[in-house]
Amino acid sequence: MQKIGVFVCHCGTNIAATVDVKKVVELVRYEPGVVFADDYMYMCSEAGQEKIIEAIKEYGLTGLVICSCSPRMHEKTFRACAEKAGLNPYMVEVANIREQCSWIHKDKEEATKKAVILARAAIAKVNLNTPLQEGESPVTKRALVIGGGIAGIQTALDIADAGYEVDIVEKEPSIGGRMSQFDKTFPTLDCASCILTPKMVEVNQHPNITLYTYSEVEKVSGYVGNFDVDIRKKARSVDFGKCTGCGECQTKGPLGKIGNIPSEFDRGLKNRPAIYMPFAQAVPAVPVIDRENCTYFKTGKCGVCAKICPSKAVDYEQQDEIVTVKYGAIVVATGFDIINLDKYGEYAYNECPDVITSIELERLMNAAGPTGGHLERMSDHKAPKEIVFIQCVGSRCDDDKGKPYCSKVCCMYTAKHAMLIKDHWPDTNITVFYIDVRTPGKNFDEFYRRAVEQYHVNYIKGQVGKVKPQPDGSIIVQAADLLDGKQINKKCDMVVLAAAIEPNPGVRKIATMLTASIDNNNFLTEAHAKLRPVESPTAGIFLSGMAQGPKDIPETVSQAGAAAVKVVGLLAKDKLKTNPCTAQCDTLLCNGCSTCANVCPYGAITYEDVQVNDHGLRETRRVAQVNVALCQGCGACTSACPSGAMDLQGFSNRQITTEVDAICR
Amino acid sequence: MKYSYYPGCTLKNKAQDLDKYARASAVALGFELEEIPEWQCCGGVYPLGSDEIATKLSSVRALNYAKEQGQDLITLCSACHHVLKRVNDDMKNVEDIKNRANNYCEFDEPYQGETKVLHFLEVIRDVIGFEELSKKVVNPLEGRKIGAYYGCLTLRPGKILDFDDPENPKIMEDFIRALGGEPVVYSMRNECCGGYTALKDPDFTKQRTEQIFDDSTGFGADCLITACPLCMYNLNKSEAKSKVPVYYFTELLAEALGVMEGA
Repeated sequence: MQKIGVFVCHCGTNIAATVDVKKVVELVRYEPGVVFADDYMYMCSEAGQEKIIEAIKEYGLTGLVICSCSPRMHEKTFRACAEKAGLNPYMVEVANIREQCSWIHKDKEEATKKAVILARAAIAKVNLNTPLQEGESPVTKRALVIGGGIAGIQTALDIADAGYEVDIVEKEPSIGGRMSQFDKTFPTLDCASCILTPKMVEVNQHPNITLYTYSEVEKVSGYVGNFDVDIRKKARSVDFGKCTGCGECQTKGPLGKIGNIPSEFDRGLKNRPAIYMPFAQAVPAVPVIDRENCTYFKTGKCGVCAKICPSKAVDYEQQDEIVTVKYGAIVVATGFDIINLDKYGEYAYNECPDVITSIELERLMNAAGPTGGHLERMSDHKAPKEIVFIQCVGSRCDDDKGKPYCSKVCCMYTAKHAMLIKDHWPDTNITVFYIDVRTPGKNFDEFYRRAVEQYHVNYIKGQVGKVKPQPDGSIIVQAADLLDGKQINKKCDMVVLAAAIEPNPGVRKIATMLTASIDNNNFLTEAHAKLRPVESPTAGIFLSGMAQGPKDIPETVSQAGAAAVKVVGLLAKDKLKTNPCTAQCDTLLCNGCSTCANVCPYGAITYEDVQVNDHGLRETRRVAQVNVALCQGCGACTSACPSGAMDLQGFSNRQITTEVDAICR
Repeated sequence: MKYSYYPGCTLKNKAQDLDKYARASAVALGFELEEIPEWQCCGGVYPLGSDEIATKLSSVRALNYAKEQGQDLITLCSACHHVLKRVNDDMKNVEDIKNRANNYCEFDEPYQGETKVLHFLEVIRDVIGFEELSKKVVNPLEGRKIGAYYGCLTLRPGKILDFDDPENPKIMEDFIRALGGEPVVYSMRNECCGGYTALKDPDFTKQRTEQIFDDSTGFGADCLITACPLCMYNLNKSEAKSKVPVYYFTELLAEALGVMEGA
C-alpha cells in the first residue's frame, strides 16, 4: 500500500477564488492510501517545495499528488522536488485544478466538486504507480537549420561560432531569403543587401557551416539528440567544383540575358533565362538549370550553355542525390510569403499592372531590381505622381477570406516606402489608408511620425472598398474616411497593397515530418508562449523567425540568437535523460498482428520470433518489440492493440481505467 | 429538363422583354419553364426586420410549390432572385423564421429550404455549360463590345447568393463570350446603380448611372446587358453623355440563338 501525500495549491487566487481549497484537503484526506493532505498559497515556490520535502520525510511518503496547474507547467518542478527528498520522480502525479477547473468554471461549489474528483483520480493512479528509471541517450553534436533566410543564417552563425557544426538546408538556389529582396530596412533605412550579404558570405566561409542549397528535407526520423535526416540535393545541372560563377552561361541562351521565365526573385516583374542565379550576390555563386523550362531538357536540342561555359561545368546528366545526416537538434526557419490575392477582386491586383504588392515595390525601388531602382508604373513605364498605399490587405480580417492576425511589419514598411519615395521624388503625393497605425518598437513611432510630420504623407483612417482602374490609365481608389464620415474617391496612378503575411506554404510538410505542432494559421507553436518561445513542444525542435509568427528583422535576429543558445545548450550535453514512460509488449498476449507497428509514428516497433511458454505450451511466436530509444510514449499502440498486449509504463491500461473509475465513483 | 419558373411582377409589365426572350431561348436550349400558378409578388426588397415574416410568405409559397413538384426554381429578375434566395436561406437556417412561416402556412409537411433556387444564368453556366451554349449560337454577336452590368442584387451577400465572386464576377463575361461577343471588363460593373433611391434622391442615381456609362464606354463598350429591371430603369433614365443602349441579357441570347422572331 502506498503512503500518499496530497498537496493542494491556491496559486494565489488563481485556484483559491473558484475552488474551496480547504474543503478539497478535507475531502481527499480519507481517500485510500492518503496519509497526509495540506494546502499552501504557492506550492511551486521554495517554501511550498520545502513543505513537500518535509512531509515526505516525516510521513515516509511513497507517492505524491499535487493539485495545481497543468503538468505542462510544473510537473518537472515537482518531480525534481520529490527526487531531492529521495523519492522516485515518477511517483508524482499532478491533478490539474487550474487550467482544467478553476480557470474555466465560475460556480465555486461545482468547481470544488470537480477539483475533488480530479484529485481522487490522481490518487487512484498513484496507488498503482511504480518507480521508473530514466535511461540515457547520446547527443549528436551537429545541428540542422531548415531555411536560409536571415533567421536561419543568424541561427547557424551563432551555433557555428559557439563551436558546433551546423548545416543549412535551403530550397532555393541561394541563401538570403526574403531580406535579400528588400531595398532598405526600417527604422534606420540602411540598405538590406549591405547588412545581409556579408552575413551570407560569412556563412559560406565558416568552417563549421555546411550549405545545402537547392535542397529539401525529405525525411526525418529519430528523436532529440539523435535525428536522422534525409536531404534531397536537387540536381543543379552545374558542377559545383568546376563552376567559377562567371555568369557567362546566363547571357547566351535562346533568349540571351533576358530569358522568358518570370523571375521568382523579382516577383515576376522581370524575366530570367532557364540557367540562372536568382541575383548577382547569390551564395553560392553557382547557377542552376530550371529543368522544367530548359529547352534542352524539354526538346533535347540547344545545349548552348554547356558549349559556352569556359570551365565545362554544365552537366545535364546530374541526378538528384539523397544524403542522410545525423543531427542532435533541428531549427525551423522556413520564413514567410505574402498571401495570394486572387480572392481580393476589389483591389484589382490581377487586372491592373499598376496595382502592386509591397514586395514588388521593394524590387522596383532596389538599385539591383528590374528597373534599376527607378520607380515606374509597369503599364507605361511612367513615374507615378500620386501613390496610394492600402494597409491590412487580408490582415485583421473577420471573415474566412483573410487572416485574423496583424501582420505586424506593414505599418512600418509602408512608412519606410513613403519616405524613401518622397526622398527620391519629392513631388510625389502619397496617401496611406489604414485601420490603425501600429508602431511599437524601438524608434518605431518616431519613424512613423517623421513620415507624417516631416514628409507630409497623407494618412487617412479608413478601409478601401474598391480599386477602380480607369479607361485613361489612372486608378480611382474608393474608400471611407472614418474620421470625416465621408466617402472618398482618390485618383492616383499607382496602388501598393500591404498584403498579409503567412508562413511559407512548405512549412506544413516540414512540421508533419518533425511532428512539430502548428496553429490554425500554420505558424509553428511554441512550447510555452511566454517562457519557451523558441522551442517547439517536440523535444529537439527549435523555432526561428517568421515561421513562428510575424516579426521584423531586429526581432527575427534576436529570436535566431535565442534559438541558437537553446541548440547550443542541448549540444553541450554529452548525454540526455530519456523518458522512461515507454511502451512495453506482453509477449504472452501479443499475436503479432502488426496493428501497433502501423500506428507507431516513430517507427519504434519491430517484430521478432520468440520462444514462449504459455501455460506449459511451448511454441515459437512472432511478437512485437519496442525500441525504447525511439519510443516517445505517445500511447497510440496501447489503444490500437486488439489483444491488450501493449502497455505504456507510467500510463498503464490499469492505471487509466482506475482513474476513470475514480472519476465515475 | 423542367423547372418551376417564378417570373415576378415586373416581368409581366415593364420588363416583358426579359421574360419573353428567356422563354424562347429556353426552348432553343432544351429546357422547359413551368410558370408557378398563382405566384405572388416577392415584395421586391428582402425584408431585413428579423421579426418580419408576412412579407416573406409569398416567397415561401413559391419555394414550397417547387418542392412539391420536385423541381428546381428558376428566376430571372435580380430582385426576385435576391429575395427568394435569401428567404430560402432563412427557411433553411433561421429556426424562428422557419417555425413561424410554417405555422402560418400549414403545408402538408413543413418547408425547410429544400428547393434549389437558380438564376437563369446559373442554369446556363452549371447545367447547360457555356461551351454547349456557344455550339447552339446561330447568329454570333461578332464585333460587339458588350459590358456586363451586374449591379448588386445577384452578387451580394456573397455567401448566401453564391452566384459568383462578388468582387470580381465573370459569369456574364463568359456568357457574352459564348454568344460570340467581346466582353468589356470595367470596375463599375458590380457597383450599385442607386436602386430605389431613384424615388427619393434622383440626383444620386443620375450620378451613379453616369459613372457606370462613363466607365464602361471608356473601356470601349458599345452596349450594356443586365438582368435587373430596376437597373434597366435607372440606366434608361440616365442623361449621361456616354449613354449606350442597355439590353436584358435574354434579348442578346435570343438574338444569338436566332429565336427573336418567334418570341
